[in-house]
Order: sequence, then C-alpha cells, then structure tokens
Amino acid sequence: MEKNKNFILGIYDDEDILLSAIKKVRQSGVKIQEVYSPFPVHGIDEALGYKRTRLPIAAFMFGMLGCTLALTMQIWMSGADWPMIIGGKDFVSLPPFVPVTFELTVLLSALGMVATFMIVSDLKPYKKPRLMDIRITDDKHVMAIDLANNELEKEDIKKIVKETSAEEINDKNF
Amino acid sequence: MAIPLDEVVVKEEKQNLEYVSVIREPLVTGGKTVHDVTEDICRQVEGKPTLSWMLAMAMSLGTLGIGAYCVFMLLWEGIGVWGLNKTVGWAWDITNFVWWVGIGHAGTLISAILLLFRQKWRMSINRAAEAMTIFAVICAAMFPGLHMGRIWMAFWVLPLPNTFGSLWVNFNSPLLWDVFAISTYFTVSLVFWYIGLIPDFASIRDRAKNKISQVVYGALSFGWDGAAKTWMRYESVALILAGLATPLVLSVHTIVSFDFATSVIPGWHTTIFPPYFVAGAIFSGFAMVLTLMIITRKTFKLEDYITIGHIELMNIVIIITGSIVGIAYITEFFIAWYSGVEAEQYAFLNRMTGPYWWAYWTMMTCNVISPQLFWFRKIRTNIAATFILSIVVNIGMWFERFVIIVTSLHRDYLPSSWAMFYPTIYDVGVYVFTFGLFGTAFLLFTKFFPVINMAEVKSIIKTSSRKAS
Repeated sequence: MEKNKNFILGIYDDEDILLSAIKKVRQSGVKIQEVYSPFPVHGIDEALGYKRTRLPIAAFMFGMLGCTLALTMQIWMSGADWPMIIGGKDFVSLPPFVPVTFELTVLLSALGMVATFMIVSDLKPYKKPRLMDIRITDDKHVMAIDLANNELEKEDIKKIVKETSAEEINDKNF
Repeated sequence: MAIPLDEVVVKEEKQNLEYVSVIREPLVTGGKTVHDVTEDICRQVEGKPTLSWMLAMAMSLGTLGIGAYCVFMLLWEGIGVWGLNKTVGWAWDITNFVWWVGIGHAGTLISAILLLFRQKWRMSINRAAEAMTIFAVICAAMFPGLHMGRIWMAFWVLPLPNTFGSLWVNFNSPLLWDVFAISTYFTVSLVFWYIGLIPDFASIRDRAKNKISQVVYGALSFGWDGAAKTWMRYESVALILAGLATPLVLSVHTIVSFDFATSVIPGWHTTIFPPYFVAGAIFSGFAMVLTLMIITRKTFKLEDYITIGHIELMNIVIIITGSIVGIAYITEFFIAWYSGVEAEQYAFLNRMTGPYWWAYWTMMTCNVISPQLFWFRKIRTNIAATFILSIVVNIGMWFERFVIIVTSLHRDYLPSSWAMFYPTIYDVGVYVFTFGLFGTAFLLFTKFFPVINMAEVKSIIKTSSRKAS
C-alpha cells in the first residue's frame, strides 16, 4: 500500500450512485483500490467483491477460550487448590459456576474480537491516516483507483469514472 | 476471490428496492443533509462552552465537592458514620448501588438489543445513552466498594494469588458473581461505545482548526480513514458485540437480583426476582435517558435528531416495562399469601402497612400508576409531562430498592432485634457524591464528545430524513 502513490479519485455524494458507479467501473475492467465513505454503505462489500469478514470466527474462538479458562479456574481454585467447606456445599458443582463462566466468555469474546479488528484494520492511537480526501469523514464517498494497478491510461480511466456521474474527478499524489 | 459481476448486479438491484415505507414518520426532521449532520453535532464540540453548560458544571462540581467530604469522612471514620445497625446491615448504600446499576441498563439495551431488532430510532440516542450507562456503572460500583469500609482492600474480591495460603474467593457467592458481571458489563459497554466513537472522532479530527484538537482527536480516532473494508469489519464487530451484549445486559441485573434471591430472608427469597429486576432496570434506565435527552436536545438544539417520535417510543418502552414491574409487585404479594409461609406473608404485609408504609406507597404510586399515564398520546408526546414523569419513575425505582432492602431486614426473626433505619448525613452525602460524579462526567462528555452518533445517523439520512419542501 505504501508504495502506491498516484490515485484517481471519483467523488460521489449519493450512496446509490456510488454503488452503481462501482459496478460500472468494475465492469469496464478497472481495478478499484478502495472506496472511502463517511458511513457504512450497505451492499458496498458485495459490489466491491469483498469476502465476508472472518471476525465472527475470532469472536467464537476467544469466547471458547474464555469459557475454558473460567471453568478451569473455578474448578481448580475451589476444587483442587484450596477447597473450603461453605454451608456443606460440594466443592465442585457446575450451577454456581455458570455466572462467572458466562461473564468471562462474553468478556474474552468481546475483547478478543475487538483487538483482532484493531489489528487487521491497522487502527491504533497516533496513527496518521492516509486520507484520500478531507471530506470523507464529512459527507463524500471517494472511489480511489490506483494507477499502478491498472493498465489503462490515466485519461481513459478518468473517462470511465466520468460516465458514472461522479461529482468530481481528482488526482491524488502522495 | 472476487464475486462474479452478474451476481453483483442482481444483489444491488434488490437493494435499490429496499426503502423505508413512506408512511413512516421520519427519524430526522428539518430536511437535514449529510453535511448538516456533521455541522450540527460538531458544533458544541468545536464552540466555546455555553453559559448554561458552565453553570451546570459549577453545580456538578459543587455537589461533587460536598459529596467528596462525606466520602472522605466515611473512609476516615469507617462505615460507622452511616446509619446502619446490627439489624439493618444494608440500606442506602445497596439501594443506591442497585439504583445506579439499573439506570446503567438502558444504554446497552438501546445500542445492542435495538440493533438486533433493527430499530433505527436508536441511532440518535445510543451514544448519550451508552455514556450514561458507563457513568452510572462507575457510580454504582462505588457503593459496594465503600461498603467494604477499607476500599483499598477492594482488590480482594478478585481471584488473585495471595499470601494467605492461596485462599481463593468463594465462587458460590452471588456477591462474587456481581464482581464479574459488573466489571464485564462495564468493560464491554466501554468498548462498544468507543468503537462507535472512532469514526466520529475522525470527523472532528478532519475539521479541527487548532493544534490541540488535531492531536487529541487524531489520537482518539485511531487513524480512521473510512475505507469500505474497515466499515465492513466495523459493522460485523458492532453486530457481534450487540449479540454478546444482549445476554450480558440481561445477566447483569439478574445477578444483582441473585444477591437477594439466593438468600433466605422473607421478602428477598423470591424466584421472580431476575425478570422483575431486569424489567425494573430497563424501566428506570429509559426514564434516566429521557431526563438527560430532554435537557440535551434543548441545550444543544438537537430537536431535529431527537424528535417527539423518539420520546414517544421511549415512553412506550416505559409503559411496557412499568407494567411488567407492576405485575411483578402484585405477583409477589399473591405468592406470599398463596405460599402459606407466615414469615413471607408478614414481610409483605409489613411493607404495606408497617412503619415504612410511606416508602411502599411512594413506590407503588411512582412505578405502577404514573407510567400508565403514558397510554394517553397527549401525555407521551408532551415534553414537559415526559420530563416530570421520567423523574417520578426514578424516584419510584429508588424507593423500590429501599423497600425491598430495608423493610425485609428491619424486622428480624427475633422481635428483640427489630430496629428502624435512619440515614445519617453521610448516607445522603455519599449518594450526593455520585450525583456530582455522574453530572460532571456527563457534562464533560457533552462538551468534548459528539453526543449523537454521526456516522449512523448519516446512514439513514437518505431514507429517513424529510426533505425540506
């Protein structure tokens, strides 16, 4: 990503025009680097051909880890390491362990998934974003086309983007 | 890797057909555009604090200061400064704890359960409601901590290796379950809230004029650039967090109710406590959201985002949960009579006619009768009436916990140990402290954070905003 320096940006103002533009641009054989939006646009991942994220799997795995850790901890602490007689109750019985097990399952699942999300999306404090256009976080959708990834000439790509009723077509050089 | 383009065409055409019904009330009024959303919400973050904000802040800090003195005295002298006695060992402290935790239920309910039910009206209230949740849970957690007397030993509630021969915590105790439930709830709510804030912090960062804002919001926004791939993952994360937070929010007050329900005290020993407490928590939480949102929308001129429609929907939730709470009160009474257990029957009759009858009837009036007024459309769409009733509900919910805790304890098994509970200035003062803390935190939030989730509201502008005619 860092090597890519020269982009053509198609700027859109309406999410439906953007979706049909993505379709038209891809049909013309132009590769889109990425689309940037101020809010989540439904159907954009299918339009761009993105595979579904596997974050739910991460959440499930972390949840299983939390569940296992919680049960192991409780059984070991109150059953093996230092059993205490409390009202003559069993040292190890599952019903009283349910609340703590449930809470730790949820906790690890949530924290693990969010941490995974941060890592795969490269979100971290003090990271300087590579903003294509300052208006992305306000009200404009930006379709970024990397010139290095496309064999077509710059002017041809611009023509294709123009036909998709983009509001503006800009060059962006990093 | 890539999905074939034909499929894309079909799917997209389907999507174009899905539009919100034209007969629905718009969620955003005033013909707002996407850019207007950014302008309207960022305004109070970027501008100078208003006079009313500064006055409110001064009041909160004053309250915090008075309360801090009481907290200091409590820590210095020990919990003997409270009005607790041998018979009534839990009173204001645990009442306040349960009350604050209950209030802390609305935020995550709005953002998680309403997300799963695809209720789009949640979008303009979820940010502030979640903030309220987080601050309320902090206030709640103070009470069990202070009740320990030696708050610096509070870490003893955690299963940590120690020098007492690895003496571990008691996993059979509902008080320990509370530790796990509340800390998990706090952490997950905080993470959920923060994930939602990241794109909005990026909006503020990109508009920031001065260096400090650029640096601070730059750090807070985690380098957000609005890429479609990140948005896709973000939505997936939000959906799963909602799925996790939904049982979590229900579990928290269930476990709080176990503090009472697993005991053998007449009046506490009730199997309906978990659903009854959860309904009560949602009831009081929504009331607090209404109290706060009515002030916020007025102060920051957000009437186009938090509309009468939003207030009406929240009032409907209040009727439903208030009615569940009312039915629970009646069921408790019926079961106490039907069980034939004399101690149980006495506990309930004593609630109604004993020395704390006034607390009981305050609770009944505020929680069972007052929300029924919302059946009238005129009342539930009236802002002044809603504001007053939202406060009445929270007074009632405080008395509910007081009635449950104190009336069940004050007449022990032995009539010789019967006693009354009289709060001291320190009981009141520590409660006042949490109000100061909550107010200060909420005011800081409204000044420095976007009070409405801009990115989510922007996503419904096209379908749910009435165009200016």
